[in-house]
Amino acid sequence: MPKKIETVVLHDSSSPVLGDIQKGGNVVVTTVETLLSQARANSLWPLTFGLACCAIEMMSTAGSRFDLARFGSEAFRATPRQADVMIIAGRLSKKMAPVLRQIYDQMPEPKWVISMGACASSGGVYNNYAIVQGADQVVPVDVYVPGCPPSPDALIYAILKLQEKIKKSKAKTFGDLRIIEVNARQLEASKR
Amino acid sequence: MSLDMFRDVAKPILAGFGITARRLRRSKVTINYPEERREQYERTRWRHFLVRYDSGLEKCIGCSLCAGACPARCIYVQAAENTDKERYSPGERYAVRYEINMIRCIFCGYCQEACPTGAIVLRHDFELANYRREDFIFTKEMLLEKYPGQANECYDRVPTIR
Repeated sequence: MPKKIETVVLHDSSSPVLGDIQKGGNVVVTTVETLLSQARANSLWPLTFGLACCAIEMMSTAGSRFDLARFGSEAFRATPRQADVMIIAGRLSKKMAPVLRQIYDQMPEPKWVISMGACASSGGVYNNYAIVQGADQVVPVDVYVPGCPPSPDALIYAILKLQEKIKKSKAKTFGDLRIIEVNARQLEASKR
Repeated sequence: MSLDMFRDVAKPILAGFGITARRLRRSKVTINYPEERREQYERTRWRHFLVRYDSGLEKCIGCSLCAGACPARCIYVQAAENTDKERYSPGERYAVRYEINMIRCIFCGYCQEACPTGAIVLRHDFELANYRREDFIFTKEMLLEKYPGQANECYDRVPTIR
């Protein structure tokens, strides 16, 4: 009879994962911070920002074969007011850059950006007068995805990387926690 | 009246559910990606490798033809002379620096086609996403196989789903 080997997975307590704790018992003790980051990481609603051919792969990712809904990202929002993560899918032309920035500004905090594909991340083959050489010149990018275009698996990998980043992030100020959204202008006015 | 109700309302609904019921018998198409992987086509072009001969010598001779063929201009090669004491490749020269900007690369495979010795190959590893731009400059240490045949291991990997 083969010997039964029990695997024990030790968990790093500095980055608690809610799902692992739940296996231990019925009571969950956590911080607001962890709870919020878990909630945020597992319900990332992407903004449809298809600029070029990468958008086809982005749509395919949401389709049944790859099924982005498994990670809580099924709801692609057409309005920035309801989106958490902006997937810049395609080459960003200089004419489109102000539009991208405006839509990014309209997204509520906390917000993240995935730069999908070679063109959005660095300009790719389009090293010319018309294309912004990297979307990070316009908006802060959290995860870059190489590929031309990245396959749906590669995009899902990037979204998993982003989830990891969100789960690890620690709030330093109350502003970072941002349970209630604060209007930046009002905050500025109250400080004066 | 009730017959009309059946014909106009209940019948189409039942017909609609019939389609759903028939679909239930089919197998699911979703690939549970992080747990199971789909089969990649044999010539899928993703991550680059600089391969070695079975003897352990590098195939790359530092000729920069890959850099010339690259449409995105994302490869940088700096060559140096081989000596009998320090021999890296069978030819006269070898690549002392070999860098690929992965974020600019479009994975067209022209470098692979241009290479006279078959030193640079593109393989199936697609998990390249990262957080910082600096991490995408793949240096020679990252690209070079640790041992001969490492690049071809992706062909032995059995996909968990087809």
